[in-house]
Amino acid sequence: MSRARSRGAKAVGLLGEVMLTLAALVALFLVWQLWWTDVISQRGQDQILGELDQGWGALDTQSIAPPQAGDPPVIDTPEDGVVWGTLWVPDFPRERIPLAEGVDRERVLNVKGAGHYPQTALPGEVGNFSVAGHRNTYGRPFYDIASLRKGSVLVVETEKTFYIYEVTASEVVEPSDVGVIAPDPDDPSAEPSRRLLTLTACHPMYSDRERYIVHAELTSWTKREDGIPKELVGTSAAPADGGA
Amino acid sequence: MVIRKREVLPMYSWLFRHLPGPLWVRVVLVVALAVVLVGALFQWVFPAIAPHLPFDGGTVDSAPSP
Repeated sequence: MSRARSRGAKAVGLLGEVMLTLAALVALFLVWQLWWTDVISQRGQDQILGELDQGWGALDTQSIAPPQAGDPPVIDTPEDGVVWGTLWVPDFPRERIPLAEGVDRERVLNVKGAGHYPQTALPGEVGNFSVAGHRNTYGRPFYDIASLRKGSVLVVETEKTFYIYEVTASEVVEPSDVGVIAPDPDDPSAEPSRRLLTLTACHPMYSDRERYIVHAELTSWTKREDGIPKELVGTSAAPADGGA
Repeated sequence: MVIRKREVLPMYSWLFRHLPGPLWVRVVLVVALAVVLVGALFQWVFPAIAPHLPFDGGTVDSAPSP
């Protein structure tokens, strides 16, 4: 009897040990997902931004670029996976996010920053320039997306141009609701007439059950060679106190 | 009457007993094994299973990924 009991006790002890091991594995996974992917991706994104600036040349942070008249220039369609711009969001603590072509998780969103839906318009183009980004994990570029309000500024920077957009609306939709990135999200069947920008991120936090959507519309554009647009004064592009 | 010390973690005690060398060598070995294990999990295992978990989609898609 005592032998059977001790065997039973042994089995329970082993089971407990296996469960403790599984719990440790789950805890490790959370550490990896919630912390380590941020460390790795943010390091990668900082490096990408540094390389972009080197390739594009220094920005004249002492001059305020005047808004340009006429239609904004549109870049050539970038190749898949290439980082071709940055997204400035002065309302975010991390104000500048690399913009790459494509929305594949492994090749773009997990490693490069925000990604442009390839079938949508390019910045400055009539239609709906649409961008996806992580709200949690992998550098979480859109962590603070819910803090954007009507009138918040979004600036897209390319090698030659700053495109300034202003937030018009935000909404929460189903992941299958592709209408939000249609050329005209208010009327997906209509011919597009406005220059729009749409951000998509997961919602609620730490889940991908729904999507958080922010819509914006182009208000002006400036030439990068002229300096920074006035909307970026006070950001890390040009501190309001003129440096220091 | 022999009172055997209760083993709290039988599996790990077994492993520890079967490692070679004096105590300090075995401690170093255990730490090294743990580092290798965590490294392999972070580098290969977790990235492989993460896409199958419903934590972080960011895109809208007509055929949502699982």
